[in-house]
Amino acid sequence: MVTADPERLMDGETMIINLGPQHPSTHGVLRVRLELDGERVVHAEPVIGYLHTGFEKTAESLTYQQCNTVTDRLDYLAPMTNNLAYVLAVEKLMNLEVPKRAQYIRVLFAELTRVASHLVWLGTHVMDLGAMSLFFYTMREREVILDLIEAAAGVRMNPSYFRVGGLAYDLPDGFHDKVRDLIKDFPRWMKSYRNLFEGNPLINERLEGIAVLTLEQALDWCATGPNLRGSGLPLDLRKDEPYSAYDEFDFKVCTRTEGDAYARFWVRIDEIYESMKIIEQALEKITPHGPYTTSDRKVALPPREEIYGNMEALIHQFKLVTAGFPVPRGEVYQGVEGPRGEMGFYLVSDGGPKPYRWRARTPSFYNLQTLPILCKDGLVADVITAIGSIDIMLGDVDK
Amino acid sequence: MNQNDPEILDRLEARFPGTLERITTVDQPTILVPKDMILALFEHVKNTEGYTMCLDVAAVDNFPAQPRFELVYHLYHPTKYARLRVKSRVGVDEEMPSATGLWPGTNWPEREAFDLFGVRFTGHPQMTRIYLPEDWEGHPLRKDYPLTGNRVD
Repeated sequence: MVTADPERLMDGETMIINLGPQHPSTHGVLRVRLELDGERVVHAEPVIGYLHTGFEKTAESLTYQQCNTVTDRLDYLAPMTNNLAYVLAVEKLMNLEVPKRAQYIRVLFAELTRVASHLVWLGTHVMDLGAMSLFFYTMREREVILDLIEAAAGVRMNPSYFRVGGLAYDLPDGFHDKVRDLIKDFPRWMKSYRNLFEGNPLINERLEGIAVLTLEQALDWCATGPNLRGSGLPLDLRKDEPYSAYDEFDFKVCTRTEGDAYARFWVRIDEIYESMKIIEQALEKITPHGPYTTSDRKVALPPREEIYGNMEALIHQFKLVTAGFPVPRGEVYQGVEGPRGEMGFYLVSDGGPKPYRWRARTPSFYNLQTLPILCKDGLVADVITAIGSIDIMLGDVDK
Repeated sequence: MNQNDPEILDRLEARFPGTLERITTVDQPTILVPKDMILALFEHVKNTEGYTMCLDVAAVDNFPAQPRFELVYHLYHPTKYARLRVKSRVGVDEEMPSATGLWPGTNWPEREAFDLFGVRFTGHPQMTRIYLPEDWEGHPLRKDYPLTGNRVD
């Protein structure tokens, strides 16, 4: 990474402009230090850390089940995928079997959050390009998905719905019908969105050939997710290393070869359709009643009614709530395909009930590193396009 | 399901005899490498074995063990979908060779390791703090850095 050349600055050839940290189009508190030669960007350097909250340090003082709440807050637009990566990592280390029904419900929610996250991206990205109205529609429809999350988990934003061993609660009554309504309405939503941007020359001109990332650069800079798939490599952990029963679902990996903002745009739009296909299939597989968490009482809380009549259940409840459960000594890495790329957790356990090291491999942190390449020799207006097109989430970047 | 390639450890041991140490883990092939060997190993693994992505660089503080820090690199083969974990140990006053020459994307995670653990990297283009302010004292993710408490000056 090259910083601004002081001699160029002294000559008055270039000037430094700060974009952010308080700027609506940076999607949070990102600051980009732009070195400009007129309208042309000589160098763009992201300056991060404004949202640093020390999650990794916090997690070391929490039990494994409590750490779940920290994962929600990393990428707060897709909390379920963070939950999923974390609980899968712990389950892998403990060699814990999760009931099939719980795995399907996890898939359902992971895909619902992917759609919700892509809707926010679509609205904000197109708003950055100057089309205001789409934002209102996508946020309205995202609320429908958040209502579903609220119905199951009790909260909209930081659900912590997935727990080590399964889920926090079973699905509420009538949940299937609500999701069916969503599936029924979905084509109408997408059609109304597409009327606004598809074939729109203003949007196409702002995207085509802008912020190009070649495949080689994407691999070198560890970009993952739609940013890598937009450069032509069909890498998707759901297909390549299926977790949580993803191998039983039929969907395709969306790729484009151009590597520009337009390619990444359409990869995400296509992904929304694929996610809806998975949601439909998951709904078929989820039976209305059945186990939603492991029967291993050393890990999962006993049902409420058991606690009042069963001494053993009371002891388990007390032990789990006060001390947590021990996790065998060792280390583990588990990645899942989040809306922004590979969301992974690397955990080191010393055999106790709290993680010794809790490392989050967050996709936006790596994707944002490509910004200097995307902006090089472009115009200032295209910096905004570049930031929107890599779909960063500052909670994810700054941890 | 699991497409990892455990035989890579045999090939690496044949290529770098007597320097690598295998570590048994539940998920992926793992080796421990002396830190002066790590760049040679990375170059071999990237160019010959095809592990062209470095997904993550994480530091672990094993205080009070010596050497204190352990750096964990997660490598990925993007067409065979195989994973490899390379670990290396470094002491408090020592420097770690930077992998930015091979993977420019390790730039930020190495800065993060410097910021939060105080591990320095030789050959890194910009060895400065990334999250915390420049004048911050201490490295928060070290085990001897308290989580809470009032500061007494």
